[in-house]
Amino acid sequence: MIVAKRKPIAEIVEMVKDFDRVLVLGCRGCVSVCSAGGEREVEILASLLRLGCRKAGKKLQTVTGTLVRQCDKEYIDELDEWDGQYDAVVSMACGVGVNFIANLRSMVRVYPGVNTTFMGGSMEQGVWTEQCAGCGNCVLHLTGGLCPVARCAKSLMNGPCGGSVNGHCEINKDVPCIWQEIHDRLGRLNRQDELLSIAPIRDWSTAGHGGPRTSLRDDLTI
Amino acid sequence: MSFIPDIQAFCCHYTSQQSCAENHGGLQEDGFPENITINRLSCSGMIKVSALLQAFENGADGVYVAGCPKDECHNIMGSQRAAKKVAAVKKALAELDVEPERIEMYHLERGLSPQFIAAGQEMEARIKELGPSPFKGEKK
Ligand code: SF4
Ligand code: SF4
Repeated sequence: MIVAKRKPIAEIVEMVKDFDRVLVLGCRGCVSVCSAGGEREVEILASLLRLGCRKAGKKLQTVTGTLVRQCDKEYIDELDEWDGQYDAVVSMACGVGVNFIANLRSMVRVYPGVNTTFMGGSMEQGVWTEQCAGCGNCVLHLTGGLCPVARCAKSLMNGPCGGSVNGHCEINKDVPCIWQEIHDRLGRLNRQDELLSIAPIRDWSTAGHGGPRTSLRDDLTI
Repeated sequence: MSFIPDIQAFCCHYTSQQSCAENHGGLQEDGFPENITINRLSCSGMIKVSALLQAFENGADGVYVAGCPKDECHNIMGSQRAAKKVAAVKKALAELDVEPERIEMYHLERGLSPQFIAAGQEMEARIKELGPSPFKGEKK
């Protein structure tokens, strides 16, 4: 899922300080699952914004809502339900949601309520870790399912750097060296020989280095 | 006129709240501040962050949650969960540049306990010292 985290309240209060009525808009997708921008968080943020504005001596009215997703056109259309009831939207979806509102509603003032952090998952309650960087040219079939692009600090393709010590990455001993894990895992699966082949220099053009990416499926377009 | 703080206490049924149930009238005679409103919950872990914030929106100068001792909660993890929610509100208050001490978590013995009175008194003294809630737009 896409993992996000609420922005510091003062930062959001600053964004909306000139408005009288704000729609705080959640998303039932990834951000609900990672407890950053679902219904519960919308309620909390709305309350904090009212309190923050009140402290600054101003009365803020909030309207709250949560869309099924904010990354699909048909769900953004549901925004029209609140037409005339707000001066600005604080979206608690990931950056995709904020972009979609801006793309599709040219006159709506939209602000981000969360920092979109990474694609990852939760192995333990309350802790999320990055797992995939969306590089557009997946190599997991070569690495036992563990991603060296997202999970190696240097995105190395041919084994660990010289800083890997006792299974820990040199950037921080709390970070496992993913190359150590790839070695161990391929060993357990009796695939260690595969590690001897040298990965060619990667073409990063699929990874966003050639500008924004588009994915087109002819079989689905109308 | 001296400042009488509005303090909202959220207390769990199994522990602190029993103090009130068993000794309702006597609580104030024992020194429990009368300006503290007790909101009864079946478990402190049930409290929602939004309800704690709502208390401030409704004009509370201070808020506290009272639940079981950390490792002896009637509902196992209830009071630990409550403590985390209180910590989340403390953090949010700090982000708004408001004293985080305006909200507190107390882990108290079950049943009628002097600690229950002491917690109320401590909160009362603390909030008097801090003055009216900045969310009310009044000066100390
Ligand atoms: S807008 Fe973002 S958070 Fe919401 S469903 Fe889409 S990807 Fe997930
Ligand atoms: S190799 Fe690329 S696509 Fe595959 S998991 Fe890693 S970042 Fe994601």
